[in-house]
Amino acid sequence: MAVYILRRLLQVVPMLLLVTFVVFALLHAAPYDVVDTITTPQMSDETKAAMRERYGLDQPIVVQYGLWLANVLQGDFGYSLVSRHSIAEELAARIPNTILLVAPAYVAALVLAVVLGLIAGSRRGTVVDKTIDGLAGIGIATPSFWFALIVIYVFGYQLRWFPIIGMHSVGKQGDPVDFLMHFVMPFLVLVVAFFPELARYVRSATVSQLSQDYVLVQRGFGASRRQVLTRHVGRNVMLPIITQLGLALPILVTGAIVTESIFGWPGIGPYFLTATRSLDYPVVLAVLLLSAVLVIVGNLIADILYVVVDPRIRIGSGS
Amino acid sequence: MTIPTTPSAAAGPTPTSGDVLLRVDGLDVDLPGRTGGTVRVLDDVSFEVPRGRVVGIVGESGSGKTMLLRALMGILPDGATREWRRVLLDGEDVTATLPRRRLPAAMVFQDPMTSFNPLVRIGGHLTEVAQRHQRVGRRRATALAREALVAVRIPDPDRVLARYPHELSGGMRQRAMIAMALLARPELLLADEPTTALDATIQAQILALLRTLQAERSLTVLIVTHDLGVVAAVCDDVLVMKDGRIVEAGDVDRVFREPRHPYTRELLDAAPDAPEELAAPGLAASDRVATDAPAASDEKGEHA
Amino acid sequence: MTATTPNVAAAIDASTLVHRTRSFRSVSAILAIAFLVIVGAVSLLAPLLPLDPTSTDLAVRWQPPSAEHWFGTDDLGRDYFSRVVYGGRVSLTVGILAMAAATAIGVVVGLIAGYAGGRVDDLLMRFVDFLSSIPWMVLVIVASVFLKPGLWTIILVIAVFSWMATARLVRAETLTLRERAFVRYARYIGVRRELVMWRHVVPDAAPTIIVAATASISTAILTESALSFLGLGIQPPMASWGSLLETAQGSLQTAPYLALIPGVLILLTVLSFNVLGDALRQSVSEGGAS
Repeated sequence: MAVYILRRLLQVVPMLLLVTFVVFALLHAAPYDVVDTITTPQMSDETKAAMRERYGLDQPIVVQYGLWLANVLQGDFGYSLVSRHSIAEELAARIPNTILLVAPAYVAALVLAVVLGLIAGSRRGTVVDKTIDGLAGIGIATPSFWFALIVIYVFGYQLRWFPIIGMHSVGKQGDPVDFLMHFVMPFLVLVVAFFPELARYVRSATVSQLSQDYVLVQRGFGASRRQVLTRHVGRNVMLPIITQLGLALPILVTGAIVTESIFGWPGIGPYFLTATRSLDYPVVLAVLLLSAVLVIVGNLIADILYVVVDPRIRIGSGS
Repeated sequence: MTIPTTPSAAAGPTPTSGDVLLRVDGLDVDLPGRTGGTVRVLDDVSFEVPRGRVVGIVGESGSGKTMLLRALMGILPDGATREWRRVLLDGEDVTATLPRRRLPAAMVFQDPMTSFNPLVRIGGHLTEVAQRHQRVGRRRATALAREALVAVRIPDPDRVLARYPHELSGGMRQRAMIAMALLARPELLLADEPTTALDATIQAQILALLRTLQAERSLTVLIVTHDLGVVAAVCDDVLVMKDGRIVEAGDVDRVFREPRHPYTRELLDAAPDAPEELAAPGLAASDRVATDAPAASDEKGEHA
Repeated sequence: MTATTPNVAAAIDASTLVHRTRSFRSVSAILAIAFLVIVGAVSLLAPLLPLDPTSTDLAVRWQPPSAEHWFGTDDLGRDYFSRVVYGGRVSLTVGILAMAAATAIGVVVGLIAGYAGGRVDDLLMRFVDFLSSIPWMVLVIVASVFLKPGLWTIILVIAVFSWMATARLVRAETLTLRERAFVRYARYIGVRRELVMWRHVVPDAAPTIIVAATASISTAILTESALSFLGLGIQPPMASWGSLLETAQGSLQTAPYLALIPGVLILLTVLSFNVLGDALRQSVSEGGAS
């Protein structure tokens, strides 16, 4: 199994290289002057020329790629065309905010989905099941940004329970209560966005597990419905979910773009969107790179988890 | 199954003819039909199971034989209805209490491959049953599980306890299933086509094991099968089912030699062995399938 | 005792299974079809209807729904019902065209992958897997940065990033069909590979493709509305439901109905397509398609 993991890790390298190359090609194809990203207007001409040389802008493409890649690996993503600020710095400041919002929402949605999905699947055809499945179906069809607007209207404007914009009120940074007040609405919107597909998946996995022979056998040996669900079906349903958690890694960073911008939450979302509107290519492509890398890493984690956790898969070991 | 043997008296203690463990009168089972309405899968089924005997239930697919076992165990499909006029357990009328209390029975299922949860070790399966039925703690349950595996002649039971189902061969899995049934301390062992999913040589071993266990623990066994050879090999009595009804019942010797119902005759005629061979008198009990070979002679053994 | 034939097999009769399932599904499926027909008809016939989506009248801004203006008026006093109807035209057009393009690409790629097998299949599928795992929001936004926003851009962008699901399905169908007797026979007697695929494989895979197509429309409509909401999709003076929502955002507090109505329509349309797709999938798997 260690061999498999090692092999898998090695496979990641060429994929990463491919992705960086694609991003670099896009960077190069984009209609702007690369010099503008690495220099600020205040710099003198000599400095600009030195930067040009340092970044090898007069060198062949391959060399430029190499230099760019070297920079990226050191954490230097270049500078925004618009603000001239370091992209890496900006990302580093914003990613935690996004994670702070998305991670709890995803976990909550997952827990809710597992519970309700198990209930729905084990009571297939009943009112409870139809309700849960129906809600999930409506949820899938709901544009999350529209739901955000409704939530803002009801809870923000009409009931005035929660503030509408941002992560904290002016001057109250670090105040947990204030943070929570700002947190609730975008959190709710994200949970509603994540929940339906997860619930549907759990429900169908539950239904399929319940039709397996071993469930009948368990009942034959006197297991109550609850025991079957918690000790067996629940466990079997969780297995693919756990192993696929890795696939949710990209969502942690880019899964709430629209929601963040509606609520003015200072995460990656608004940064990315502003860059999009102002054609700030380096920023846009930096986020794309980040996203793609997370996808590759997430897949890797999922594959490894799968092999480790599922007892039916023992690659290469002598059992 | 081409084992030409004589069904004769049980190798164990000879039961008295008046000692009936289970008696069922007028069992009806309806399943919800796909067009709405119901389909009657068991129709006025009445039978007796003498204590200590091995009773075979034989019939074609759709005869209702599996449903009979499931009705006794109380694990019919959702939406099924079960009704009976009377059920006597050891002479005691338990008709009213049955929905709540279960019969002292355990069931061995057909396909050992799919009958276990693939993500739970054998030990986990067994201890769960032990804890539930014998009300013991975990350590004691593990010890009991180990004993049960020994009882079904599995060598190296500790190793098997730690294994996942897919790591065992078919025969080992079925033995483990039987062990699990034993842990429920049943008086009545129900087996639904216990050997159908197994290879021929393994079939013989499993049947022999059932016979041995029956003798050792004074079990009463009900075996559902479509294979007359199995009935011939291990059963003392037989019930013949067709279309949800019992068409004939009686001692295996008698039924094979002098079938009364035309359907029974059809079945016997269709069997690969001639009926005469199956009912040939004079073969000693020792000729029966009683090679109590331990599991090591499973042709595959455990998966490496 | 009304004893029907005590035969367990009778309980598993296939045609009766379909009958029972249809009677359960029919309510929601019928509603879905009815809704789509109405929306489709209104969208199609819009130019013939007495609708006026463009003339502004600042005297009647932000009027709530009334007998005169069924959906009220927007921030420039325009009749919102007309705007919503014309917005629906655009949204549905984008949805259908993007779905058509995505399905075409998906079918071609799926056929090639399934039929060619081997390394070609392997490579294509890795590509498909990779592309599908990147959050499509990111992909789609990046693409629209590089292209000028507009109707055709958005159709192209959506199509290019949503063909993967169809490709997977078609590939799976192709793989199974490839081994079927009639396909092998056709190849044996020398019919050209492409012709075999076209004449035999595609018709058999058609039910699956149709089911995938309904899912495709749903995705397309949701994606388009999200992009337009962000200002990256449909540009004024054209409007879609998504871009109407973007405008409505500004007057959310005073005129919430401006945001409510297009969103509800998106929801119902997507829901209807999903319900339809589910019903189709049911009848495909039971009616014994291949």
